[in-house]
Amino acid sequence: MSATDITGTGGPPSPGATPPGRGRPDLAGRRALRRRRARSVAGTILSLALTLLGLLLVTFIIGRVMPIDPVLKVVGDRATQAQYDAAYIAMGLDQPLVVQFLTYIGDVLQGDFGRSISTGQPVSADIARVFPATLELATLGTLIGVVIGVPLGVIAAARRGGIIDQVARVVALVGYSMPIFWLGLMGLLIFYGMLGWVGGPGRQGILYDGMVPNVTGMVLVDSLIAGDWPAFQDAFSHIILPASLLGYYSLAYISRMTRSFMLEQLSQEYITTARVKGLSERAVIWRHALGNIAIPLVTVIALSFGSLLEGSVLTEIIFSWPGLGSYITRGLLSGDMNAVLGGTVVVGACFVVLNLLSDILYRFLDPRST
Amino acid sequence: MTFHLTSRAVLLASALAFAPAAFAETPADTLVVAHTIDDIISLDPAQSFEFSGNDVNNNTYDRLVDFDPLDPEAGFQPSLAVSWEVSEDGLSITFTLREDVTFHSGNPVRAEDAAWSLQRAVKLDKTPAFILTQFGFTADNVDQMITSEGNTLTLTMDKPYAPSFVLNCLTANIASVVDMETVMANEADGDLGNGWLNTNEAGSGAYVLAAWRPNEQVQLTAYEDYWQGAPTMKRVIVRNVAESSAQRLLLEQGDIDVARNLTPTDVESIASVEGVTIQDEPRGRILYMGLNQKDELLSNPAVVEAMKHLVDYEGITNSFLKGQFVTHQSFLPRGYLGALDETPWTYDIEKARQILTDAGIEGGTITTRVRDLREYIDVAQTLQAAMGQVGLTLEIEQMTGAQVLDAYRAREVPIFLGEWGPDYSDPNTNAATFAYNPDNSDEAAAVGLLAWRNAYEVPAEMNEATVAATLEQDTDTRAAMYQDIQRQYQAEAPIVPLFQRIEQVGMGDGVQNWWSGGAISSVMYRQVTKGE
Amino acid sequence: MTAAPTSPDSPQTRPRTRRDWLLSDAPQTRRQARLGAIYQGWLTFRANKLAMLGLVILVLLIGMAILAPWIAPQSPYAQNLADRLQPPSAAHWLGTDALGRDILSRLIHGSRITLFIVGTVALIAPIIGLFIGTVAGFAGGWVDQVLMRITDIFLAFPKLILALAFVAALGPSIGNAVLALALTAWPPYARLARAETLTIRNADFIAAARLQGAGRLRLLIGHIWPLCVSSLIVRVALDMAGIILSAAGLGFLGLGAQPPLPEWGAMISDGRAYILDFWWVAAMPGLAIFTVSMAFNLLGDGLRDVLDPKGDKS
Repeated sequence: MSATDITGTGGPPSPGATPPGRGRPDLAGRRALRRRRARSVAGTILSLALTLLGLLLVTFIIGRVMPIDPVLKVVGDRATQAQYDAAYIAMGLDQPLVVQFLTYIGDVLQGDFGRSISTGQPVSADIARVFPATLELATLGTLIGVVIGVPLGVIAAARRGGIIDQVARVVALVGYSMPIFWLGLMGLLIFYGMLGWVGGPGRQGILYDGMVPNVTGMVLVDSLIAGDWPAFQDAFSHIILPASLLGYYSLAYISRMTRSFMLEQLSQEYITTARVKGLSERAVIWRHALGNIAIPLVTVIALSFGSLLEGSVLTEIIFSWPGLGSYITRGLLSGDMNAVLGGTVVVGACFVVLNLLSDILYRFLDPRST
Repeated sequence: MTFHLTSRAVLLASALAFAPAAFAETPADTLVVAHTIDDIISLDPAQSFEFSGNDVNNNTYDRLVDFDPLDPEAGFQPSLAVSWEVSEDGLSITFTLREDVTFHSGNPVRAEDAAWSLQRAVKLDKTPAFILTQFGFTADNVDQMITSEGNTLTLTMDKPYAPSFVLNCLTANIASVVDMETVMANEADGDLGNGWLNTNEAGSGAYVLAAWRPNEQVQLTAYEDYWQGAPTMKRVIVRNVAESSAQRLLLEQGDIDVARNLTPTDVESIASVEGVTIQDEPRGRILYMGLNQKDELLSNPAVVEAMKHLVDYEGITNSFLKGQFVTHQSFLPRGYLGALDETPWTYDIEKARQILTDAGIEGGTITTRVRDLREYIDVAQTLQAAMGQVGLTLEIEQMTGAQVLDAYRAREVPIFLGEWGPDYSDPNTNAATFAYNPDNSDEAAAVGLLAWRNAYEVPAEMNEATVAATLEQDTDTRAAMYQDIQRQYQAEAPIVPLFQRIEQVGMGDGVQNWWSGGAISSVMYRQVTKGE
Repeated sequence: MTAAPTSPDSPQTRPRTRRDWLLSDAPQTRRQARLGAIYQGWLTFRANKLAMLGLVILVLLIGMAILAPWIAPQSPYAQNLADRLQPPSAAHWLGTDALGRDILSRLIHGSRITLFIVGTVALIAPIIGLFIGTVAGFAGGWVDQVLMRITDIFLAFPKLILALAFVAALGPSIGNAVLALALTAWPPYARLARAETLTIRNADFIAAARLQGAGRLRLLIGHIWPLCVSSLIVRVALDMAGIILSAAGLGFLGLGAQPPLPEWGAMISDGRAYILDFWWVAAMPGLAIFTVSMAFNLLGDGLRDVLDPKGDKS
């Protein structure tokens, strides 16, 4: 193959871009992967940086063509023209676009994302506050997806065509077909409104809000660190429903992928050999086959995690979850482009880093890749 | 459903293990309020101009004059000022300040602080500054016009304004008295402490700002040395809860004491829940229909007249706006000096059709933009249906508030449906925007005036009447003047007031003396108690 | 679909039934071979009961959309404030919404919007992707680098947020929602098309065509595109459900179809305020979305089995 592959973030299809769980990573992705392993890590990082820069540029342009006036948001409806002009200049909007963009990039490189006009606070402070909320939700969601999805996929493959396989299939199918915001609404209605089993919208009950010292920004972790059991229970009761929802989507994807990886392994010769050697079926499946798919599986899980990080916008809105998704959306709808830019960089960086990690995993851990 | 199969076990387990902790009563000395507070962008009284920001400042700062939350009808009352005197020529007012009041920092509240606070607001010239500068203050002259001596403060104005006008303006948030020494200690780059005050507080009010997390919550704690006595509620937590249904559930579960954004349907069902009461309070906001005179069709007086009969006032206030709005067809809200209760228009398709036929109007299409709030969209859709019956087609584009506002200020919204909230507690606040537009040209760019935004060329005599009413020294005469203006307005203006906002507050049974601020002010917590 | 040797179609060799003709091992015309292959695919597809279910639902949906004005019991826009928020009953099978409109009638008319959005996005996105991907793969060099870098940037964007941003910038309407969804959906197609191109561009028949003097453009359009299409179709079929869900998500956020259009996502958003007491207002459109996207998923799985037998048969 002559063409230089610069797909960078390539490899297995990104779940953000593909409906998750569509068969195995496409063949093209694998080919790309194999080629990419030859490339140096430095080159990868450079191309990732380029991607991020492009991401910023696109966001920046969108922000400038947006028919929302950020100045108005700052000064309010009743401002006089003089007040408006003063704010316009203070925000640097009188500069040429190129200058504005370069200034912005310069500031970002120094860690300054500017000030959000809808919260009046530095964007970095806002992100430090909202990102852990999203991280916590996505982590628990992925955890649920893995704990249920992997065994489900393994069993489905081991007993192909059996009841578990059928169930797994339907679970995945329903997962791909259900509007998540609708499922969230119905979940809130049933489990909170009617049954009262879980905490309502938001991360914490109001009385626990701000009571636990902020260490990681993740309430579950912080309350454990503080040893505050009631606060932990409270936070758990709030996160469990949205996390289960996200977990459901993640499990639909993970179980399908696990199943197809397993089927591939189970048809290999070494499995037959192991069986002939008299190894128990359990050992064959859970130790040998599963052990061999560990690396692609980790990649799948990482990608699924990434997609939850960026794909939880609607869930956050339904559950009033003060996370990154709702922060960006809110910024977008009020012309708060500093917030949108900052948020997008973080999401984009997560995506890129997760891809990089799975890449490195392949490169260094996959025995076949040497 | 399979979803239940897979995660029911998890949910069940969590519910059993965690249910007891999740639902607790609020403590007796803590008031927990659910409200949408995502509009706060600044807590500096010289800058804050959003409802929720003012809600906070109203409790953390005092003003020279204030409303009594237990008797708001009585109008402005002495607060930090014990008394005041208007000079013979009506050009200046001298206030005498209360002694022995301290800021949260422990510094005494002096006339000097009060004068500096007003000067600071004028000099910073943020959006709400016009409330003060309309009396002739400028950054250059304000040090001479507002002066302090001992425990007195003197305001000198450019015209003999009605004292009720001036004092009403001094109840506004921008007239809050801030602690000069604390603020100046936090000044940066000559910003008069604006940057610091955006997220901090330096007042003498009944509550101290304990925490503000944007879009999440505001926490206040009682100021024990408050000059009117420490408030009963030692802690007030205002949590941002955007959804009415969520507020309702929280209230039903006893997780909150007060829910401030309940929809009519939620109010209806929660009213029957034991332990919950609903309190109705008329607010100052007017939901109106602006008919842009730049639109060829709408500039026809017959169409304007017909449109007034195409709004299903009764149907709307009895269905999706039930309890949230009452029909109100004049621009001064109930609760204001000179408010007018007359409702000349009724929903009458036949009459509208007749008016249009008589004027020879066959039909037409109008495309307008409506803010994506349920209430506005629903009103727009009923209007759309009614207009359809008389041959007028209305196309609706939903947009965010910011987008609609941009277009509105550019005079590009043919039919505006939305609310106007008064800026201060004097009738001039609405008269000066609905019924005043000295120059209707595009170049005038009077973006702040609703009349200009709708390209409504206000007749000269109405412009003059509006100005004259601000100078009338006798309060009763003043009220009558505003009523006359409103009647004339109803007869001809293409800006049609439709409804007045009612705030339906859902409260736990024990909550007493709640006041959201009525038509004229913002919420006050210090008088609230929670009995059992 | 290899070309079959052409021979005169003599009556003696013509099989008795049309079925036999289609399934003939020795097709005698190119057309027979092609139709035969399609028929074989159809047989495989028909054997998949779930895929057939999906197909039936979609056929019904299309029928419903075409006949909407005749089968809807009421106008989707007729308001009746006195009759609002009525539960499902004989008069209103699925109840009424906050403005007293018949939900069933709105769902029926809404199927047109859903089909329009899905259909248009499923047409535009793969075409953009096909174009960019094949050009990148075929041209190689810096063209490839630039195009793939752009693809990566769009991939790194949170998809829904990108769509949101586009709609916010362009103004909310169905047309812009379609555009936004298409603009966010193309990168995977570009990746796929590029990968396909890389595998075939050095193939013998391309070299042969090149030797015969075919220009680059002609190679691209005449030889490469047709070979990429089948894998793209499978991919599109599988993506349809995702498009429906994204479109509904935009509608739910108020950025899709504008009132009073009965777009299903917007209808859920309408019902959200009433969810606690009047669950049907939000539940019914949700079920409609679920049913249709499920049908697309089933159909997609079936199609993949037919068109891409190498793929995962689950």
